[in-house]
Amino acid sequence: MAEPSGERGYRHGLTSSLPLSVAVFGFGISYGVLALSVGMGALAPVVMSATTFAGSAQFAAASVLGAGGSATTAILAALMLNARYLPLGVTVAPWLEGGLWSRLLHAHLMVDESWAIAAEGQGRWNPRVLLGAGVGIWIAWVAGTIVGVAFGDALGDPSKLGLDAAFPALFLALLAPQLRSQERATAFAGPRIGAPPQAVAALLGAAIALVLTPFTPAGVPIICAGAACLIGLGRET
Amino acid sequence: MTTVWIVVIVTGVGTLALKAAGPVVLGGRPLPDRLSGVVTLVGPALLAALVAIGTFAEGQRLVVDARVLGVAAAAVAIRLRAPVLVVVIVAAAVTAGARALVG
Repeated sequence: MAEPSGERGYRHGLTSSLPLSVAVFGFGISYGVLALSVGMGALAPVVMSATTFAGSAQFAAASVLGAGGSATTAILAALMLNARYLPLGVTVAPWLEGGLWSRLLHAHLMVDESWAIAAEGQGRWNPRVLLGAGVGIWIAWVAGTIVGVAFGDALGDPSKLGLDAAFPALFLALLAPQLRSQERATAFAGPRIGAPPQAVAALLGAAIALVLTPFTPAGVPIICAGAACLIGLGRET
Repeated sequence: MTTVWIVVIVTGVGTLALKAAGPVVLGGRPLPDRLSGVVTLVGPALLAALVAIGTFAEGQRLVVDARVLGVAAAAVAIRLRAPVLVVVIVAAAVTAGARALVG
């Protein structure tokens, strides 16, 4: 074929994202419900899903706000969780074409799932597949959030429903694959960053957070736990 | 209300900056090795901290309550490769059930 990608690339990305989009839709519902339960209102979670478009960071911000943390703490926690997008962006950068707006659009629609779908192996990424998959996942995430905030109120008392335990459960579900697989880490950081340092960072992070909880305002222990990532510094050579 | 919107706007702009730094600023250049080594570990460290705080913290106190059972049940569900929504529902249901039984 003279033109191997083109329209087909976008459609391929969108189709490949559909099975994941079902899960993302459900994930979006839980975000809408939980964000509403911590008093974020109905509109803000939807706007955040459309603009920030990053699950774990949005849940972290909601969790910090729900615990009474300040705006600064919530923002820092969310942005630290999104720091991983810096290296992900670097991996796709050489394959993007077009001007500033096109690059910004690709960057915005790059989430873990669309990044993984668009990977063609050997350090190659297909920007059309990335865009198609990103659009599918974005729609599912925003739609799920809308459903969540629409029906969240009907659910009743968040504590009676055990929604406070849903937060840590969700973070555990996000953490588990990061400990399980080292595929992503090796994709851009070389084989020396494998499962063990991630498990060490996780245990250290949890310990720092628990130790600081009695002495610092809400949210601060979570940000300080990020210091555990500095063990990655000693891993040169 | 204002606090929430500040968080929404600043997090949104900051996230796009992080995502776009590679494609717009760095072009095709790679990150320094040391930086990427550190950045890959921020996620696990913060997520584990969020699990710990969400399970044991009540304000500034550390407590053991019904949430522990909910999170333990969630761990089992994750082990069985349940979808995230199922994991969340299991955790909430077990916690709510434990509270209903005790209180």
